[in-house]
Amino acid sequence: MHLYNVTLQAPSAAPQAIVGNFSGARHQEIIVSRGTRLELLKPDATSGKLTSVLTHDVFGSIRSLVAFRLTGGTKDYAIVGSDSGRIVILDYDPKTNAFVKVHQETYGKSGARRIVAGQYLAVDPKGRAVMIAAMEKSKLVYILNRDAATNLTISSPLEAHRNQSILFHITGVDVGFENPLFAALEIDYGEADQDATGEAFHDAEKMLTFYELDLGLNHVVRKWSEPTDPRANFLMQVPGGTSASAPDRFDGPSGVLVCCENHIIYRHMDHPQHRVPIPRRRAPLDSEERGIIIVAGVMHKMKGAFFFLLQSEEGDLYKVTIDHQEDEVVSLKIKYFDTVPVASSLCILKSGFLFVASEFGPHHLYQFQKLGDDDAETEFSSSAYPQHGMRDPNEALPSAYFQPRGLENLLLCDTLDSINPIIDAKVLNLMPTISDTPQFYVASGRGARSSFRLLRHGLEVEENISSDLPSGIPNAVWTTKIRADDPFDTYIVLSFVNGTLVLTIGETIEECQETGFLSAEPTLGVQQIGDDALLQVYPHGIRHILADKRVNEWKVPKGKTIVQAATNHRQVVVALNSAELVYFELDLDGQLNEYQDRKAMGSVVLALSMAEVPEGRQRTPYLAVGCEDQTVRIISLDPDNTLETISLQALTAPPSAICIVEMLDAAVNKTSETLFVNIGLTNGLFLRTVLDPVTGELTDTRTRFLGTRPVRLNRVSVAGKSALLALSSRMWLNYAHQDSLHLTPLIFDPLDYVSGFSADLCPDGFIGLKGSTIKIFQIPKIGQRLKHEVLPLTYTPRKMVVHPMNGLFYVAEADHRVYGADVVQDALAQPDLKKYDRDVLELPAEVFGHPRAPAGTWASCVRILDPVELTTVYRLDLDNNEAAFSIALVPFTTRDNELMLVVGTAKDTFLAPRSCTSGYLRTYRLLDNGRNLELLHKTETEDVPQCLMAFQGKLVAGIGNALRIYDMGKKKLLRKAENKLFTTAVTSLSTQGSRIIAGDAQQSILYCVYKAAENRLLVFADDTQPRWTTCQVMLDYNTVAAADKFGNVFVNRLSESVSSLVDDDPTGAGLLHEKGQFMGAPHKTSMLCHFHVGDIITSLHRTPLVPGGRDVIIYFGLHGTIGMLVPFVSKEDVDFFNTLEQHMRSENLSLVGRDILSWRGYYVPVKAVVDGDLCEYFAKLPPGRQGSVAGELDRTVGEVLKKLEMIRVNASGF
Amino acid sequence: MASELRYTANAQLEHLHARYTGTGHADMTKYDWITHQHRDTCASIVGHPPLTSYLAIADGESIGRVKFEMTERMLQPCGPPPPKNDE
Repeated sequence: MHLYNVTLQAPSAAPQAIVGNFSGARHQEIIVSRGTRLELLKPDATSGKLTSVLTHDVFGSIRSLVAFRLTGGTKDYAIVGSDSGRIVILDYDPKTNAFVKVHQETYGKSGARRIVAGQYLAVDPKGRAVMIAAMEKSKLVYILNRDAATNLTISSPLEAHRNQSILFHITGVDVGFENPLFAALEIDYGEADQDATGEAFHDAEKMLTFYELDLGLNHVVRKWSEPTDPRANFLMQVPGGTSASAPDRFDGPSGVLVCCENHIIYRHMDHPQHRVPIPRRRAPLDSEERGIIIVAGVMHKMKGAFFFLLQSEEGDLYKVTIDHQEDEVVSLKIKYFDTVPVASSLCILKSGFLFVASEFGPHHLYQFQKLGDDDAETEFSSSAYPQHGMRDPNEALPSAYFQPRGLENLLLCDTLDSINPIIDAKVLNLMPTISDTPQFYVASGRGARSSFRLLRHGLEVEENISSDLPSGIPNAVWTTKIRADDPFDTYIVLSFVNGTLVLTIGETIEECQETGFLSAEPTLGVQQIGDDALLQVYPHGIRHILADKRVNEWKVPKGKTIVQAATNHRQVVVALNSAELVYFELDLDGQLNEYQDRKAMGSVVLALSMAEVPEGRQRTPYLAVGCEDQTVRIISLDPDNTLETISLQALTAPPSAICIVEMLDAAVNKTSETLFVNIGLTNGLFLRTVLDPVTGELTDTRTRFLGTRPVRLNRVSVAGKSALLALSSRMWLNYAHQDSLHLTPLIFDPLDYVSGFSADLCPDGFIGLKGSTIKIFQIPKIGQRLKHEVLPLTYTPRKMVVHPMNGLFYVAEADHRVYGADVVQDALAQPDLKKYDRDVLELPAEVFGHPRAPAGTWASCVRILDPVELTTVYRLDLDNNEAAFSIALVPFTTRDNELMLVVGTAKDTFLAPRSCTSGYLRTYRLLDNGRNLELLHKTETEDVPQCLMAFQGKLVAGIGNALRIYDMGKKKLLRKAENKLFTTAVTSLSTQGSRIIAGDAQQSILYCVYKAAENRLLVFADDTQPRWTTCQVMLDYNTVAAADKFGNVFVNRLSESVSSLVDDDPTGAGLLHEKGQFMGAPHKTSMLCHFHVGDIITSLHRTPLVPGGRDVIIYFGLHGTIGMLVPFVSKEDVDFFNTLEQHMRSENLSLVGRDILSWRGYYVPVKAVVDGDLCEYFAKLPPGRQGSVAGELDRTVGEVLKKLEMIRVNASGF
Repeated sequence: MASELRYTANAQLEHLHARYTGTGHADMTKYDWITHQHRDTCASIVGHPPLTSYLAIADGESIGRVKFEMTERMLQPCGPPPPKNDE
């Protein structure tokens, strides 16, 4: 078996984000690390929207990211620390829209290792040096400078290693233009490792150490090291130094903020410390013992002032300010600011925005309304405590409280949708009436922000207007400007069978007479022509309406009519029913002149199209004509050979529409737009060919099936660029996004006719007809290929199962360290509850989170939801500190195959080490067609039931390290058979026949068989290597695809002989007495495929994605990755893609300098899987490289590109 | 000659051990080995963003807290060392 891996949706998590002037222009951009990708976001300061400008797969794991600017520079660079053992400095080139690697310096082995740097990065605020550090020991300092040609230079590394010290955080210290200083928070384990009494461990001191880079000596010295709070975790740089203009004025006191559990301490060498408590929510259920730490922070400098925004692990933002006199701190102040989702990074933009890269769920852009300067919020100042809060550093300061409230200082502007984390997913088609492809049903999110999402392939459409026309059913619609330089459209022209209606677009849309358009005849074409004239084509002639409303008319000879027309700003072509073409061109006086000859086509013309006139030219030289004889001809409009046929393409069916559109596709031409001749056929096929601008030849044809109706094509505009809208039984948009072409369906009722629509409020809209209804709509999220529909959930979803008949979903939700609804209700029912306590308990959980609880406390519920309507049908809260971990629908044979819901729960669960006071299997009967539940009984188990599955009319359950078969009983489920020989815990199950495949938490995939005759459950085969499996899917009776916790996906197969041997043994006695191999099962599976995805895969499915397509493996990753593995069908394809991949690997495409082969073989060498993501970068290579790679493959560049597109499209339709 | 070789080899080995923390040697105790293993594991978890997310979701903590506690654990992941019996 050979597989081809394609990512359908890139991960949407954002482990890190930085802000800077990366393009060197005045506005700032945000670079987001998506874990394995880098994305550049451009915020629009006026509209407050974020747009993604560039995404690049780095083929490595990004661990740290900082923005860096040389002294006096105007442009920021991004420095990336990754698992490549290299430091990489990236420059964003706005001209080519690409990241350029400026420097790549190797310092260590690859991999996220303990002592290889890459985990932490810190830059000198004046842009002179960068420190890159590891979790332990290694710290390297690189000096950055510029050479005579102002290029960035990098020095060889200077070591600041310290053996046996664990590093918590580093940051640059702002010391102005003195020697660069870095602060590190570290702890030495040397003594603790030697001391058997454990005293040294308890006395181990966390040190705040300053490393100074002596620029004169070119050496790093440990300048100062002092113990600080033992629970310190985070450092923030404090501005310092003097400005060049005012050498006696200090920008700030310099030093660092040391964020500790419950406290924040200001520290600097030889300066007094200041300490303030981190204010906490006054929550009635909260325990004082639970500490609060700062998880994210940002410092912002304004003219003459600065402040910090720090975020606690509950999402509360605090504003921290420092009062200082010169370089002496007077007081450190902290107060509550607002509450936003817990962030992995906070970025403040100079234009007054705050970007919150959430650790889970969607990312948000907020606008600052005010800075919390004069509000009633209590401020806690270090000067209010004895000795600035440092009288006894080991003693906690009295707790400070605040009252959480809604946003006051921030205003939400934009949201970047994210499905991070995907915890479970299903691929099903539950909308057979409107869709022929399956949808993705995804359980995602964490805590109170969890959601159930329906993802459909296609662009989201936002309908603005839908109104019925009183007079008949129009068959076509156009919009037009009046003058060429108008920003928006003025007229809407509707053509009916026997007339034409003109509407004007103003504040309202109303009918308009006196436009010069002929209203008694239907219309075939409308065009704004020349500078200020209009053109109407109707069956018996052409009306050229001048600006002063004079009309020049050209009449068709008697007995003939116009059947088709193609127009642009300067040219008009009409086809007559006598199969003749008549060509007109605007002369320099604005007169429309007919070309002396008419062209006889010999076959009825079904479609005509011309491109727009290229800028600075008189005319477009090519006309495409589709004839009834199933051909498309390209006809010259050049004065030298006017109306001569240049090339011809044969079709498989009569064409129904042609549209020439110029679009930028970097795969064909990186610098200028390519002319595409798009042909729609009557049988619903769509052909896209490239028109050679010099010879007029048609090359590189791509075919797609769009729907069952004849295809209609319309040229529209998307984000200011031309695009194509194709109508069939579905609507499709063909557009260029980030320099590559996309053909994506629109999620909207199919329309009969569509045209572009541009008005003040709707600049990039569309107008469409459906019967007698006019619809005006927009596509708000260009580039997003999956439409999300969201149903919020209460707690983190753990598992879900779908009802086979009515399509309802049953979701098990559970949250750790959270009080359940019953506890909150009890607290609210207390008569002596104070008002503020009540207010805190009643805060919306989706903003502020559920009330926090100590470990071992769980909140959980079972929910029934309708995935199509997206409504919760029924919700059952679990009490008693029980948490649901698994769920299954089981048809019990002993109950006439009645479907029962079994939920695996556990009480008082602790995770590490796993323990619970009791597990339960709750059995429910389904009522009201599955919309309600009735508890039948609870069956106790001794461990957590982590997975459940129906098996031959019984239930099979993985309970801790036991696999058990249960049957239905009156008061309990009855234990039938058991196998307790699993090493760790059974985490996933699948079955075919009497075979059960169990995934162990640490010991990979085990094959079991149930011998009903003897009631034996036997493990007969296992894997040769241990794996921490997360999920699995059976590909056939002997083959299983599974994924592990480290981001690998693999395929294991049992040999046919072993399989039949096991099946032929009726009692399993032979198996029982067979000797185990290597302390495991008697037989071993062999590994067929192996691939490292880079994201933890949480669910795997085997299903076709397109109607009539082959089965593919679809995977969902924790960080929001959706991808597929496509099996190759032919040996030639395997050879071709293997060779292509091999050439692509040598192109050094990894932006972080990771060796791509070793990235894909991170834990186990990659086997029999071609990295399609890498192959698809072929389209982005420079033309010379493309040519040479294609040459090595004995193909043309076009053929390679076509093959890449075909394998993706045929398997997924994406 | 042979002893000299051993001497230089040892010096090199010591140098390597100092340079590559966590490298094993013949006299390594079970405690040393397991402590190194755990430290490596903790560092690897902190270094892989999906793994920290995975633990954070399971445990109901923030990613920042998971990273912090994991780093704290590196100080002494397997308890105090066994007492030395120096005869």
